[in-house]
Order: sequence, then structure tokens, then C-alpha cells
Amino acid sequence: MTQASVIKNLTEVRAMIKRHKVNDYIFSVIGIIALMIGLLTLLTLFIDLIYDGSARFNLQFLSDYPSRRAEHAGLLSAWVGSTLVMIITFLTAVPMGVAAGLYLEEYAPKNWFSDIIEINVSNLAGVPSIVYGLLALGLFVYGLGLGQSILTAGLTLGLLILPIVIVSTRESIRAIPVAIREAAYAVGATKWQVVYDHVLKYSYGGVLTGIIIGMARALGETAPIITIGALTFIAFLPPTPITSEPPYLNFEWLSSGFTVLPIQMFNWLSRPDHAFHVNAAATGAIIILVTLLMNGYAIRLRYKIRESIKW
Amino acid sequence: MATTTTPIKAEARDLDFYYSTGMKALKGVSMPLYEKKITALIGPSGCGKSTFLRCFNRMHDLYPGNKYDGEIIMHPDNTNLLADGVDPIEVRMRISMVFQKPNPFPKSIYENVAYGLRVRDEKNKRVIDDKVEEALKGAAIWNEVKDRLDDLAFNLSGGQQQRLCIARALATDPEIMLFDEPTSALDPIATANIEELMCELKDKLTILVVTHNMQQAARVSDYTAYMYLGEMMEFGETDAIFTKPTRKETEDYITGKFG
Repeated sequence: MTQASVIKNLTEVRAMIKRHKVNDYIFSVIGIIALMIGLLTLLTLFIDLIYDGSARFNLQFLSDYPSRRAEHAGLLSAWVGSTLVMIITFLTAVPMGVAAGLYLEEYAPKNWFSDIIEINVSNLAGVPSIVYGLLALGLFVYGLGLGQSILTAGLTLGLLILPIVIVSTRESIRAIPVAIREAAYAVGATKWQVVYDHVLKYSYGGVLTGIIIGMARALGETAPIITIGALTFIAFLPPTPITSEPPYLNFEWLSSGFTVLPIQMFNWLSRPDHAFHVNAAATGAIIILVTLLMNGYAIRLRYKIRESIKW
Repeated sequence: MATTTTPIKAEARDLDFYYSTGMKALKGVSMPLYEKKITALIGPSGCGKSTFLRCFNRMHDLYPGNKYDGEIIMHPDNTNLLADGVDPIEVRMRISMVFQKPNPFPKSIYENVAYGLRVRDEKNKRVIDDKVEEALKGAAIWNEVKDRLDDLAFNLSGGQQQRLCIARALATDPEIMLFDEPTSALDPIATANIEELMCELKDKLTILVVTHNMQQAARVSDYTAYMYLGEMMEFGETDAIFTKPTRKETEDYITGKFG
């Protein structure tokens, strides 16, 4: 081959590479546009909420009960309600979800029955939340007679996020290499020793992330809470769980009526008086902020744990 | 080295093994494991040597559907390790294992070695401290790690990690130690260290090692078994196997004509 034809060949190759790279460029532009549409929409919404609600960002807004006068209405009963409901949700979903995930991954025999359970767990995550609300209305409110209470709401949201916790538990357990498991079994560990000393310790980052993301989802849920009959105007707090007299613990708050942040927001939004819409915007901004903080913390946690445990 | 005078530590008798897929991976394998000797298993990939090794500590029991047929008799108590009544955990308490790729736990160096003792309910800190030191010395890694026992094991080099895994397997005073291609993920210097270590260890215990590396088998082992397609083709003293194998197939494999 002559020198001239080599050079000619090389120019052709270079032109071809350039042609092919146009596709790279086109796709990255499409990708950025797709990303921005989603991100900017959310960002605009968030900024708009902050802007609209900025008049109410003060401590008084957090320490006042709802009121007929918009400028005196506050979130006290709503955030206390949300917090208490979240506690019940956490106490329900975490032990059940982690135990179920562990069992399915480590103990359950692999057969058609466990396959069916597996498919159903994944499907449960996709069931509309209002269906959980209807189930809870029938089961908790009427069936078990728990009433329209904090306990009912917490259990309902606990069920709602159960699949999220189960799936994330299983995924983070599955990320543990077979070699580590075999190493533990090879020194004579029993299944429970392997689970307790290794599986739980190496997967808790992922499990925790799943729990936080589930809780963030539960915090914003409205439909099932409305279905079970949360109150919309509530000017009292549930009885305090800790009292100054023996036995110091009081469980009456479990059966108390309540409201939560998204319902308070919904309530204000449905009023004709524009002044209440400011309150609603402020509430919305707070919900988004808390959710973002929770998710951000989950991401940070996952990142930190990945740093310390690399397979 | 007369075969007849060396006591036998364990013995596979007519062992068949079936994976859950139904594949018969071992066919009538019989082989003695001489006490305080190193026995090497060689053969081409897929010949069943790792499968055979993992029968000794019932590793196959971790996965459902696998089936043994035949016996592995452990001396001096004449326990059949594969019997239904024998708990695989009991077997693993007596026979420890070092894997192909170093697989330390994502814990401290100290905890890695101490884990076997913790599993055995040892609570006395002094006893554990002593055992950990002894095992790390036995695995020839004590001098490199004695000042940083609380460091994560992952911070060690590959060769150090493998010696740590040997220390972990050693800390529980096993009667037999299984090595599944222990140097295949290591560089030549680390490999030489591990080989030297194995030769020191046989003063205390019986060793079964799977290796892909013929020179390694020749260097470290006292006995060699050549396996092919799930069958035991030839077993004998390493010198004999490498200098005058009785079967043509063994000779072809050893001389590199095949495999």
C-alpha cells in the first residue's frame, strides 16, 4: 500500500469517527432536555410554593392551632399529628419489613410458593394508596374497632410502605457477595449467626435508605388518610405519651383524633379565602423540604456506607 | 515415605455427587487423606476437583437440591461426614477452608481472626487475644499487622488478605484445612509466601489443596490426585505421579499435552 493511500484511508476513518460522534452529541442534548423538563418543573413548583408561602415562615406558624382567621392559623396539630403517625408507621413497617425481607432472602425455601409471594410483594408496591385506605377503613376502623385514630393512620401507612422496606431489604442483602457468606459458614456459623453478624451488619445502609425513602413517602400520603377519616380542623393535641404521674406512660394518644400535614394543606387549599392559600403554600413547602431532607440524608448515608464497605 | 505407615486422617469412599440440576459431578471417587500431609487435587477445569474439595466441609449443603452418595470417613472417630445425622456445622467446626479469592469480612483484622472463636462461644477476651495472635503468627502475617489489628481487613494487600483468611481458618484449631486454589488471585511473590506457609502448616494439620498450577502441586504436595470428568484417574505420592504416572491420561495432562 502506498503512502498516499494510507493517508487517504486515515482521512476517511477520521471523517467516519466524526460522523459517528454526532450521535453522541445528539443524545446528550436529548438527555439534558429530558432531565431539565422534569427537574425545572419541580424546582419551579418548589420556588413558587416558597414564594407564595413566605409570609408565614415563622415559629408562630408552627406553634398555632388552626383558626378561622388565616393569619392566626398554624400547623401545630398537623405536625404533631404527622410526627405521631410517623412513629407508629416506623414501628410497624421496620420490624415487619426487615424481618420479611430477611426471611424471604435467607430462610424461605425457593419454590413456587415463595415465587408467588415474591411477585405479590413487588406488586403491592404498585397498589394505589387509596386502596390501602379502603382496606384500612374496613379492617382497622370497623373490623378491629380502632376508630379514626393515630394508630389506624400509622398502621395504614405502615402497610403502605411495607413493600418498599421489604424490597430494599432484599436488594441490599442480595448485594452481599456469596464469598463473604461462604466464608462465615465455613468457620462453622449457623444461619442466624451469619444473618446477625454479617448480613444485617453489611446491609443496614441499604435497609436504612429504604426505610427513610418509605417514611418520606408516608409523610406526604393524603388519600388513605382521608379515607380512614382524619379530621380536617383540629384545635387540640393528643394526650401526651409521657405523664408526670405513674405509670408515666400514657397510650391514650394512640386512639386520639388527628390531622396530618398534607390534610391540613388540602383543607386550607379548599377554602375560598385567598389568605388561607398562603398557609397551604407554606405547608407544601415545608412538606417538600422535610421530604427532600430525608431523601438527601438517605443518599448521604448510602454513599458513606459504600465508602466503608467495598466488595 | 512408605504409604502404609502414614496414618489416614480422612477417606472418601465411592463418592458420587449430584448438583441440584441433576448433573453428576463426581463419579465413584475414592481417595485417602494422609495425616499431616499435603494432598493436591489437579485436573482440567470442570473435572470436579473443587466440587470434591467442597464435599469435605459440606459446603454444598448451603444450596438446596445437591446430593451426596457415598462416604467421607474421618479418623480417628470414624464419623461419616456425609451421613444424614451429621450436622454440616459440626463438620465445619473440624475442617476449615481457604477460598480462591481472599474473602475477609468487612471488619477489623482482629475481628476477622476472632470470628471463628466467637462462633464457638468463646467469651474470654484474654483467650481470644492469645488465639488471634497465635493464628496470625501461624499464618506469617503477625509482624505486618500487629500494630494495626483494628484496621479494616480490606486495607491489606491481596496476599496479606489471603494470609489473614488462613489465620481465620487456623484460629479454630482445625484438623483438616481445605485450600481451593488459594493463590490463583495472587502475584508470584504472594504465591510463594502462601506455598511456604502451607508447608509449615502441615506440621500441625492435614491439608487438601485444589490447584490449577502443576508446578505448585509438585512443589508443595506429598500426594497428588489427578481428576478428570468427575472421576479419580490416579492417586499417589507426588514424586511418583510426576515422574512415572501409571496412566497415559495423567502423563498427557502433566506434560501439558492436554488440558
